[in-house]
Amino acid sequence: MKIIVLIKQVPDTTNVSINPDTNTLMREGVESIINPFDMYAIEEALRLKERLNGEPETVVLSMGPPQVETALREALSMGIDKAVLLTDRKFAGSDTLATSYTLAAAIKKLDDYSLVLCGKQAIDGDTAQVGPGVATWLDLPIATYIRKIEEIDKEKILVERLMDMGYDRISLKLPALLTVVKELNEPRLPSLRGKLKAKKAEIINWGFEDLGIEEDMIGLDGSPTYVVKIFSPPPKQGGEKFHGNPEDSAKKIFEYLTSTKII
Amino acid sequence: MSIEIIKSKCVGCGLCIPVCVYDAIKLIDKIAVIDLDKCTLCGACVEACNFDAIILTKEEKKDKDISDYSGILVVGEFRHGEVHHVTYELVSKARKLAGKLDDVNVSCLIMGTDMPEDSLEKIITAGADKVIKIDNPELKFFNDEVFSKLVTEVLINEKPEIVLTGATSEGRALIPLVAVSLRTGLTADCTGLDIDPEKKLLLQTRPAFGGNIMATIICPNHRPQIATVRPKVMKIILDSNRKGEIIEKKDIKVSRKLTEILETVKDESTHVNVADADIVVSGGRGVGGPKNFELIEKLADLLKAAVGASRAAVDSDWITYSHQVGQTGKTVAPKLYIACGISGAVQHQVGMRSSDFIIAINKDSSAPIFDIADIGIVGDLFEVIPELIKLIEKN
Ligand SMILES: Cc1cc2nc3c(=O)[nH]c(=O)nc-3n(C[C@H](O)[C@H](O)[C@H](O)COP(=O)(O)OP(=O)(O)OC[C@H]3O[C@@H](n4cnc5c(N)ncnc54)[C@H](O)[C@@H]3O)c2cc1C
Ligand SMILES: Nc1ncnc2c1ncn2[C@@H]1O[C@H](COP(=O)(O)O)[C@@H](O)[C@H]1O
Repeated sequence: MKIIVLIKQVPDTTNVSINPDTNTLMREGVESIINPFDMYAIEEALRLKERLNGEPETVVLSMGPPQVETALREALSMGIDKAVLLTDRKFAGSDTLATSYTLAAAIKKLDDYSLVLCGKQAIDGDTAQVGPGVATWLDLPIATYIRKIEEIDKEKILVERLMDMGYDRISLKLPALLTVVKELNEPRLPSLRGKLKAKKAEIINWGFEDLGIEEDMIGLDGSPTYVVKIFSPPPKQGGEKFHGNPEDSAKKIFEYLTSTKII
Repeated sequence: MSIEIIKSKCVGCGLCIPVCVYDAIKLIDKIAVIDLDKCTLCGACVEACNFDAIILTKEEKKDKDISDYSGILVVGEFRHGEVHHVTYELVSKARKLAGKLDDVNVSCLIMGTDMPEDSLEKIITAGADKVIKIDNPELKFFNDEVFSKLVTEVLINEKPEIVLTGATSEGRALIPLVAVSLRTGLTADCTGLDIDPEKKLLLQTRPAFGGNIMATIICPNHRPQIATVRPKVMKIILDSNRKGEIIEKKDIKVSRKLTEILETVKDESTHVNVADADIVVSGGRGVGGPKNFELIEKLADLLKAAVGASRAAVDSDWITYSHQVGQTGKTVAPKLYIACGISGAVQHQVGMRSSDFIIAINKDSSAPIFDIADIGIVGDLFEVIPELIKLIEKN
């Protein structure tokens, strides 16, 4: 029995900004991090392993350029048992359809899994499509935005799913796929021992040849969608600042509210 | 599939370097060189090059016949007894897009239990020629598995060239399942839609990298072209003279069920749906405690607004996670966002910076929230908000 966590390495988008003079993107000092939502998925895999008396093997799986190895080692240092990296020039340019196809093939190859965990979305693209996509390729039941795992046994899992107006309680047959939100847990920091172990651990590398997949379904060519234009959003600038007394400040807001007919 | 720098055209200006978020381009001997291990073929550099020196090629496969797809279909949403407003918004938008596509048909699929006829009529008024209704007790609760199978089936029969649905929790969970089942592309969370006048393709514009850049995406060779669209971005345009038909699809099978919805619980507080509100009043660490959030709630009540929060407030357990705005919470774009006692860290800003108008109340005049606030009030929220409430109540 395996719990597989899909993780993506993303540029820390909060540091991506627009140079106001040239109107181009600046990525100076932009680090690559594990997608924040995926950290909750990693943590939950570790907690489930503890809950199930150490029985399941925890695996992290990521597709990306060779540098993704650092993200995988970070997951190992938190206590994940095994890491698999899917890297191949042929995978480059994959959109969510091609990505989910490739990841699904790797999951099948890993075999004997009962749970696949993903982040709710990746912060670079914010698509939230890869998790549902993988579930469809593998024909797995799925629940997104999971904030709590109430129960798990060999056959099924009982979860709480955050919705727009509240939450749903859902029971899924295993194997299943879940995408998770921040409310689920608080990710642990790697221990010193974990870090040492992770440094030496072997990372499994799979390329196109290893997965037995169709070439015209992967990478840029296997991707139905592509980007035709990238541009800066209209720059947002601060407006007036008021230092007045509370009455005048309140009046200022009030004037705006009445002039726009909000009240 | 490849990316290439035409050496004879590259002048070594370096414009492509800062646009690469993956740090994959360097100048070597005054010529740009792409590190293929880092490059994801996103195409940002192609766009940035003023000398047409970067070429991204993709094999154009034309093996799929897409000519018999036509029309626009909106996958509507019916929940808690009513049609979600995003459904009307998208039908109206679809009407406009249809005009740019030789007036093709606009249809709307709506699934639920005990759906009132007048709200289905309103979908026609908003722009649909045909409403496909599936009304069944099995569809009371949203079940990804059941709903996605029904939608997939309808799309296979109807063969629309474009499919739109709301970028709501449901829409964003449901439609990726459908898109993969149909082996077609999907663009999530669009804020702009248009038709390319020449190729008649759907131009799908959406924010990426936390709203730091905008990207326009196309899906040229697969059908349908599917997009989810943020609520409240498109306008509802009603025309009571419009005629259309409502068709009921009856004999549906709700087959294999691996997922079972045991219960759907509606949040007690009425202020919860921040992603959907016209006005959001948000509180941060400056609010100081759970009791004090009542002040924020009171203001929200008076403005019929939802209550938002920074992560600091959520992590302190002053308010639940459903209210969190930002990178690891919800993305909101209301007409008015009032930030109270929020410093405006980038992780917060990425979730709310596309709001139409921002008012910030903060004691610290150097707080970064003021960089993006249209009205910045430097002051104590415990003094300003009660004054404001007094003014509103008086009027
Ligand atoms: C991976 C990651 C993801 C994150 N995701 C999110 C996210 O989704 N959303 C989010 O919000 N944050 C997120 N953060 C956290 C973010 O970096 C900030 O720490 C957080 O937004 C700060 O919240 P705050 O502004 O309420 O608190 P603070 O930064 O402490 O600011 C409080 C402000 O209140 C003002 N203040 C205090 N008292 C008063 C008063 N009486 N009247 C008026 N003003 C007052 C202070 O001057 C101060 O500016 C994330 C961080 C990381 C690392
Ligand atoms: N290249 C990838 N490798 C592994 N997992 C991924 C990859 N891309 C996306 N995921 C997973 O899918 C989730 C949603 O990503 P996205 O659909 O890109 O927003 C992420 O939180 C990851 O769990």
